[in-house]
Amino acid sequence: MADASLPIGSLDLTPDRAAEGTFREWLHGWVITVDHKRLGILYVLYSLFFLIVGGTEAMIIRLQLAQPNSHFVSPEVYNRMFTMHGTTMVFLVGMPILFGFANYLVPLMIGARDMAFPRLNALSFWLTAFGGIMLYYSFIGGFGLYGQGSAPDVGWFAYAPLTTRTYSQGHAVDFWALSLFVTGWGTLGTAINIVATTISMRCKGMTMMRLPLFCWLMLCVSALTLIAITPLTAAQVMLELDRYLGAHFFDAQAGGSALIWAHFFWIFGHPEVYILVLPAFAIANEIIPVFSRKAMFGYPAMVAASVGIVFISVGVWAHHMFTVGMTSAANAFFTLSTMIIAVPTGIKIFNWLATMWGGKLRFATPMLFCTAFVFQFLISGLTGIMLSASPWDWQLHNSYFVVAHFHYVLVGSIVFNIFAALYYWYPKVSGRMMDEKLGKLHFWLFLIGFHLTFDFMHVPGILGMPRWIYTYEPSRGWGTWNLIVSIGGIFQAIAVAIFLYNMVYSALHGEEAGPDPWDAWTLEWATASPPPEYNFAVEPVVSSRRPLWDLKHPDDPDWKYE
Amino acid sequence: MTVPGFIKSSQASTDAAPGALPEWEERRTYMLKCNLLPPLPALDARRLLLQRGMRSAALLCMSLLVAAVGWGENKPSPTPNMFAPTSTPAQQEYVMSLFVLAITGGILLVVGGIWAYVVWKFREKEPTETEPAQIYGSPQVELAWTIIPVILVVVLFLTTARMIFAIQDNPKPKNAIDVTVVGHQFWWEFRYPKYGVVIANELHVPMSTKERPQPTFMKLQSADVWHSFWVPQLAGKVDSIPDHVNEMWIDPHVPGLYVGQCGQFCGVEHAKMLLRVYVDTPDEFQRWITRQQQPAVEQQGDAQGSQSVPVNAGGLQPASFEQAQQASPQAVPAQAPGEASMNQVAVGKQVFQTNACMNCHAVQGTVANGRFGPDLTHFGSRETLGSGIVANNVSNLKAWIRNPSDLKEGALMPPMQLTETQLEQVSLYLTSLK
Repeated sequence: MADASLPIGSLDLTPDRAAEGTFREWLHGWVITVDHKRLGILYVLYSLFFLIVGGTEAMIIRLQLAQPNSHFVSPEVYNRMFTMHGTTMVFLVGMPILFGFANYLVPLMIGARDMAFPRLNALSFWLTAFGGIMLYYSFIGGFGLYGQGSAPDVGWFAYAPLTTRTYSQGHAVDFWALSLFVTGWGTLGTAINIVATTISMRCKGMTMMRLPLFCWLMLCVSALTLIAITPLTAAQVMLELDRYLGAHFFDAQAGGSALIWAHFFWIFGHPEVYILVLPAFAIANEIIPVFSRKAMFGYPAMVAASVGIVFISVGVWAHHMFTVGMTSAANAFFTLSTMIIAVPTGIKIFNWLATMWGGKLRFATPMLFCTAFVFQFLISGLTGIMLSASPWDWQLHNSYFVVAHFHYVLVGSIVFNIFAALYYWYPKVSGRMMDEKLGKLHFWLFLIGFHLTFDFMHVPGILGMPRWIYTYEPSRGWGTWNLIVSIGGIFQAIAVAIFLYNMVYSALHGEEAGPDPWDAWTLEWATASPPPEYNFAVEPVVSSRRPLWDLKHPDDPDWKYE
Repeated sequence: MTVPGFIKSSQASTDAAPGALPEWEERRTYMLKCNLLPPLPALDARRLLLQRGMRSAALLCMSLLVAAVGWGENKPSPTPNMFAPTSTPAQQEYVMSLFVLAITGGILLVVGGIWAYVVWKFREKEPTETEPAQIYGSPQVELAWTIIPVILVVVLFLTTARMIFAIQDNPKPKNAIDVTVVGHQFWWEFRYPKYGVVIANELHVPMSTKERPQPTFMKLQSADVWHSFWVPQLAGKVDSIPDHVNEMWIDPHVPGLYVGQCGQFCGVEHAKMLLRVYVDTPDEFQRWITRQQQPAVEQQGDAQGSQSVPVNAGGLQPASFEQAQQASPQAVPAQAPGEASMNQVAVGKQVFQTNACMNCHAVQGTVANGRFGPDLTHFGSRETLGSGIVANNVSNLKAWIRNPSDLKEGALMPPMQLTETQLEQVSLYLTSLK
């Protein structure tokens, strides 16, 4: 609908130059690229690769736990699997894919030609990629708790002093610490880049209060990343100093404190949850209005809520530590700060519902995922309140209830929105639509699998099943629940396989998308699909939050009402 | 300690006689009899069916839930269900959970209901070109859905805070039992400082009743890495950390065996760092602790009769002989035991004391005083071995000593490289330490 008659960005339809040249030139082009779109695609493909790896690890975990007293894998292998699953999904899937979206979309949405620092952007991606490869090299080169060639096996939050050399001989922990150190620098680079781009590269007329909510949230995430990744990176350095240079930060026997590691980790770890979930909100903020055919309800409230979440989220870390023996006053404080976060997140849910209210909901695949997200995020928020009540948390902490809760956030909210985003922006990136039939099949299978797995996973937690155990006795009565959870996992695996097939199939046989297949309103739809290297032939000029709405409805433009 | 306001007393439901009708029901029946009430309007069949369907659906959901969590089964269970508390902290946490569940359940119904309504009502039935009315927001509405959650948060927080202080800052009564819990990779050490008793893996505490309250206060420490003490029916978990002493308390009301396990990843065998808490009646507890205070006493297993065996049987070093004699003057044979088995036990003791066993294990009243592994003074009186993973009997013990990793991969005890005969003898010796 955004056609050549439109002045914004003057749609350029010259064919892509990438089609020319030999295979080596093509490959070289991808390696040396500093183009934000190509780097964005690299980020996403890299993350999808590790999604398969991390997913396979999850399936091994679920096969092992499906029955009591199972001998499918040994405890050492199991410990490696859950450590690597957690580390992979957070650092090699979640953050890179969301930064990939930001990389690809933020410059397009603000009418810029690239990120503020294109070469820093490339450096950041390759650092992240190198960190991931290094982490997985540990399967060949590391030695774990048990002194065998292995991957890290100390859990994804690697509590001291289990990570000291006394208890973790060999190099598995070093691979873990150093690879997170390296990916951490990559992440910091990208975060700096996104902040700089959003602040200084906006096109004419795009004030901060006309910034698409996607960009607002990516700005919040990047700011939060700068705050949160720093202590983690520092802690990794301290850990390595402890291990090799005789420091005693976390060595209790020499006067260090194991508790300090936990504080360092969770000062990173809790904002990390929001680093992952805010981009998911960002995606929903774009998709829900377009498929409800309505403007976002309460834009200023959404901005305020996002900024509020950023600030509150750096003051709640110790709710992961209610059981470490803090004073009752400290427990009460962190209970309060954690509960307060329910207010801005509640505002978000209400605003999404209000946006959908009175709209015309078109349930294409992206909207299906986003609709399910809203409900699932509500539930994960409510279980979050349950966990914030510290007396109950003393029971629930480190049980499968917690595992179910955070997977409800990470899968039910974040992965659902990642899928929504992939369906939604795939046409922009590839120029072709993804197959709707396969998409809906993917959605329904994944939905069933998700609920089988993570709804039922709460129950063994209530029944006293702790995390990180590789097996359990039949008499504990957890067997049936775990079997259902594992069956759900198989559904999800099949759904993801369908999705991957759909991506490849649609790249070859998909319907031509055109510049604006969803009849959307933000600037990325004003340029060709895929966009040319320079994004826009002329710098766009905008006068409202929905520039393409103004173009499509000159009689009733947004700027009259904002 | 009870929490006024919303505590669900288990006694309350049993106050009324089982057959008695509530007052209002009685009155209504009477009024119906006297024709003072109009007859209920007849329901048409469809409504009735719908009503019944709803009711049975609700009943099914409820019974599923009840079956799932074993609601109200407040007695020791092999499933460590946090919704079946038998000790005050766990009971209060359970009440807390019901309160939070009620509030969050209400929110779920309202917001989830709006979600379902919106998704159903506003779906596009057939594609049209026209766009719906554009609404950009409403400060009043935003204010409303900011303030209502704030009020809920305040209510939740105040309730939670009261509960935190009630559980965490509960004063310790004078007669409380003190236990020091030390987490080890991958087993538990329990010390009773007042009684001078050290045991492993199977904690015994007295029952605490309303008439005779006697809670157990535990100090949690760790010998190596981070662990967490969690027996859900008795109390929420508290971590045992190397550089930080924590405290927790329990006052179990129902005697029996409670299970739990380590709640913080502590290494290869975190999964098999199991916990067993035996809640004894006060008399039983007294008998048990008195017995544990005795030094090691070798006794024949049931199969071989239940005679005491003097610790000096067999060729012992004089030092241990004297020590043992001083410590256990009552350990004099009542009658002559079977010569063969007695010798086996005695030889087993020698094997134990001349191999690496006693570098790590202590048997009070003998020369063995290692501290790295579990104290074995009354090993034979325990029901399980390997931190609760298998039953404590001679054949399991032999398998364990042959190679602990066969039963518990990653256990820190090395294979002891004993001959089959020695294994038999050591196992007989250890199981005889009642």
